[in-house]
Amino acid sequence: MIQQPGTSGLIFNEPLLWEKSRKGRCAMSLPKQDVDRSVLDTDLTGDAPNLPELSELDVVRHYTRLSQWNFGVDSGMYPLGSCTMKYNPKTNEVQAARQGFASAHPLSGDEFSQGALKLMYNLEQHLAKITGFHAVTLQPAAGAHGEFCGMLMIHAYHAKNGRQRSKIIIPDTAHGTNPASASLCGYESVNIKSGPNGILEPETIAAIMDEDTAGIMITNPNTLGLFEANIKEIADIVHSKGGLVYGDGANMNAIMGIVKPGEIGIDVLHLNLHKTFSTPHGGGGPGSGPVAVGKTLEPFLPIPKVVKELDTYKFITNRPDTIGRIHTFYGHFGIMVRAYAYILSMGAKGLADASKLAVLNANYIKESLRGTLNLPYDKPCMHECVFNDQFQKEYHITTMDMAKRLLDYGFHPPTVYFPLVVEGAFMVEPTETESKEDIDQFIHAVKSIAQEAKDNPEQLKKAPRLTKVTRMDEVLAARKPCLRG
Amino acid sequence: MKELKDLNFPDDVKYTKDHEWAKKTGELVTIGINDYAQDQLGEIVFVELPEVGDIFSEGDEFGSVESVKAVSEIYIPISGEIVEINQGLEDAPELVNQSCYTDGWLVSIKPSNASEFESLMDKAAYLDMLKG
Repeated sequence: MIQQPGTSGLIFNEPLLWEKSRKGRCAMSLPKQDVDRSVLDTDLTGDAPNLPELSELDVVRHYTRLSQWNFGVDSGMYPLGSCTMKYNPKTNEVQAARQGFASAHPLSGDEFSQGALKLMYNLEQHLAKITGFHAVTLQPAAGAHGEFCGMLMIHAYHAKNGRQRSKIIIPDTAHGTNPASASLCGYESVNIKSGPNGILEPETIAAIMDEDTAGIMITNPNTLGLFEANIKEIADIVHSKGGLVYGDGANMNAIMGIVKPGEIGIDVLHLNLHKTFSTPHGGGGPGSGPVAVGKTLEPFLPIPKVVKELDTYKFITNRPDTIGRIHTFYGHFGIMVRAYAYILSMGAKGLADASKLAVLNANYIKESLRGTLNLPYDKPCMHECVFNDQFQKEYHITTMDMAKRLLDYGFHPPTVYFPLVVEGAFMVEPTETESKEDIDQFIHAVKSIAQEAKDNPEQLKKAPRLTKVTRMDEVLAARKPCLRG
Repeated sequence: MKELKDLNFPDDVKYTKDHEWAKKTGELVTIGINDYAQDQLGEIVFVELPEVGDIFSEGDEFGSVESVKAVSEIYIPISGEIVEINQGLEDAPELVNQSCYTDGWLVSIKPSNASEFESLMDKAAYLDMLKG
């Protein structure tokens, strides 16, 4: 009998800070005032802000309790497909907290920021090397912002060539943000379907690629967790009509150290440091979405750009073809420190091994759950595998029911109902950092839930039962949203 | 989701490949989504409709239906001008789930080309399409 991580236990209620507040309560004692009070002109003062008055212990308990309601990768397996919730090594935090980095001020000027500039320069060089590209910008704030930055460069490239184009090709296995990024640049999305085995067929692209099409946006590996094996041929077709290939590198964590996107026909690629390079993700962010380009798009990179002259680093802004600035200052610097720490501590071999383990773990889950859950695209996967609820239909159990029930077993649910090309998708991404023992526990939990679907479907309909908040009424929440506390 | 045999497809309306229905009443045509579409979408939480007076050509997107699962665009099956929209859906989008052919109708349109309505599918043709 495998012991599952999920169990019931005492959970503390916790009111809002304002409800705990008592007049005059304070976290410190200030020394007695020894100068005369000087009253400000009433024109300069307004009503005091409504801040809660609390003791230190009140505050510590408040946030400790809230953190105990949460589920993070530090508390359990978080197999959220496509989102890559990989573990964030604590050394990243230690390096980012070093005083020189943590206290760096963006207005201190190049002269007093040499360490920070050197880190940015080196990180750009490493990312360029890992991806096989010529140059990198670290400015974008997250993945979709990176996409937008990349598409602005493609737009600027066509404008520079004297003839703007109107369309962009987007496959059904791309990330949902791709069409939004293209639309913001004024391009109309032309959606295409992937082939029966889940990857793109060159003929599909050849049939619609024309000289009014700015290019294609390909997520590789795609959102089915499959490698787009025809990428080179597709890139040749797009290039032959004067278009460019945008690579969505959100899934780079499957091929880092193995495949260089810059060498397989992709012209511009964004990375998610908060996925591939183990920086915090979700509410713990912020994100960071560096963009790598080949020589064709290099002149269009955002400014300011870090350059190295002899042993000195500085920002330059004098670049005539640049798309301009896309973020205040230089992007999310603290996140860059964490990603740099990760790259240096892993080393080249370590990064490649991480990709291999991520792929191995996903395939292990896929094979172990074969027969338990349906596999709509049954072929070796990359870093994530996509199941659906086809086998559970006869018991009227859905992907949502199984995902909710996983919470009771102590696992964060996987991504559900995405990608859209799979009905009832149940998309698992274990990442490289889970041990075989933890993955086996997860597999056992899913198998137990599949058994419950047969034996006791009503129990699944009511799940989760052990969490602080049980099954939510999502329909009521959407129809009658309560937007005030 | 229901089996095909448990879904309701009335004989007195026409059907489209996008799982809508259209019914002619005098000069006007009423449009909604059919039982298959509402069943696939699940619990509908919001319906976005055009404004009265908007003019569309066949195949144009004229609004969207949002369920807990997804937002789906809806396409106009025939060209014409919107003469009435179902105001009741603003407060009660669940009408589309409860009675998609009656209280859950979406818009009423004044067709600009009568032949477009005639070329929509009847129940038998639509069911053939669904069964593939």
